Amino acid sequence: MGVRKAITGAEAAAEAMRQINPDVVVAYPITPQTPIVEQFAKYVADGIVDTEMVPVESEHSAMSATVGAEAAGARAMSATSSQGLALMWEIVAATPGLRLPIVMPLVNRTISAPLNIHCDHSDVMGVTTVGWIQIFSENAQEVYENLLLAIRVAEDTRVQLPAMVNQDGFITSHAVEPVEIFDDAAVRTFVGVRPLDRGLLDLQHVRTIGAMVLPDYLLEVKRAQEEAMMHVFEVYAEAGKELSAITGHQYPFFETYRTEDADAVIVVLNSAAGTAKVAVDAMRALGKKVGLLKPILFRPFPYAEVRDALKDVPVVGVLDRSMDFGAYAPVYTEIRNVLFELDRRPTTQSYIYGLGGRDIMATEIESVFEELLSGKLDPEHQRYIGLRG
Amino acid sequence: MSERKTWQELELGVELPAATSLGYKTGGWRVLRPVWNASECIHCMICVNYCPDMAIPVTKSEEGVAGKGGRLFKGVVRLETNLDYCKGCGICAHECPTKCLSMIREEEAEQASCKL
Repeated sequence: MGVRKAITGAEAAAEAMRQINPDVVVAYPITPQTPIVEQFAKYVADGIVDTEMVPVESEHSAMSATVGAEAAGARAMSATSSQGLALMWEIVAATPGLRLPIVMPLVNRTISAPLNIHCDHSDVMGVTTVGWIQIFSENAQEVYENLLLAIRVAEDTRVQLPAMVNQDGFITSHAVEPVEIFDDAAVRTFVGVRPLDRGLLDLQHVRTIGAMVLPDYLLEVKRAQEEAMMHVFEVYAEAGKELSAITGHQYPFFETYRTEDADAVIVVLNSAAGTAKVAVDAMRALGKKVGLLKPILFRPFPYAEVRDALKDVPVVGVLDRSMDFGAYAPVYTEIRNVLFELDRRPTTQSYIYGLGGRDIMATEIESVFEELLSGKLDPEHQRYIGLRG
Repeated sequence: MSERKTWQELELGVELPAATSLGYKTGGWRVLRPVWNASECIHCMICVNYCPDMAIPVTKSEEGVAGKGGRLFKGVVRLETNLDYCKGCGICAHECPTKCLSMIREEEAEQASCKL
């Protein structure tokens, strides 16, 4: 069993990184990611980890150096948020094609403009198409465990793709919660060392990576990358089972909460899922049959499994913490895609909430449930929670 | 790239054998072809060093080759441009101090060789 510590989500990420003990960490501070790197830098300064920590002049350099270290054969990590992710986007997009299993905590924060330091998911939703594994975390405990899991999934030789582990800026990253930190030795055995079948500095097998690929090969390279992404499901399940032996927790692709027999289900990512559970309990206490589906593994997206979980639900409301202007919101789009194959599809409703860190209250989610149960829905037009006017 | 791999053979991303650029004949991009007048050449190596595609081969000549003014040039001398890789950028002709290189349209060069 582990030790319970009162720490923030950011510190939980740093604890995971301490146990992972990467060879190289390259990062640049950005609110609200800063405390992750701050705490990890203390571990480096105190000699608790063996990591070579490289302070750089920008996030573009941070991801470039992380890629360089990972290509050389090291286990390399970074961490960022919002504008930092935007600045490193060029290299972030290159990493999956290079097949480098970098694991990076992303502390979700609104993308400018207008400038805002608080939580929404507009940063991560701008990179979901480039090929990183995306894992979402409801609270600090999940941040810690998801990072451990992500290392094993990303580095598996069947996968070799980078992974981001998301947590909500400030709401999770700066709030102190009890977090169970598991035994160092057990966790270190679980994360192991990077299974390296190739490294740039392996002089017995010299090679070039990142070479130009023209129309004669690019399609084949991208098809192979998609295959690697599809392997994530099996590897995630296998590694999750192994991690369960240490933590006693389960690692499903998504969590369902009181969805059996539900007349209405809400789908929502990250910390708001915790609030939604409170709302579900309050509604259930009044005899109203409602539930929650919380996606965890967002890329690759487990379409068939989510479809199976929602197939008997009459109404599904999807809460998005970011917008896709002129199009359906990102999570709503996935859920619509999930349901398309069903003969008898649930009615759906899209809601935008919490942009720029605006609070979402349990009572507001209860009102959403009431609306879903009322049947007064408009699946083609998104609604806004707490919007003035 | 005569034998192209399938996507299944590329599972670890872009890892192709070394020196594949040799099999990629960029000469096909050429619109203008450099024509070398060896009798005006002083083998100064300016064209060789400026060529962005290293498409001008050199060799070592003990007996020497005849160049500008009938003079014998010994040591490192240039050879005919390798048209498999020359993209026809014309930098060699632009830099040549004796103007022994001229650029002609590719179709004219082909017509000339057909007549021959």
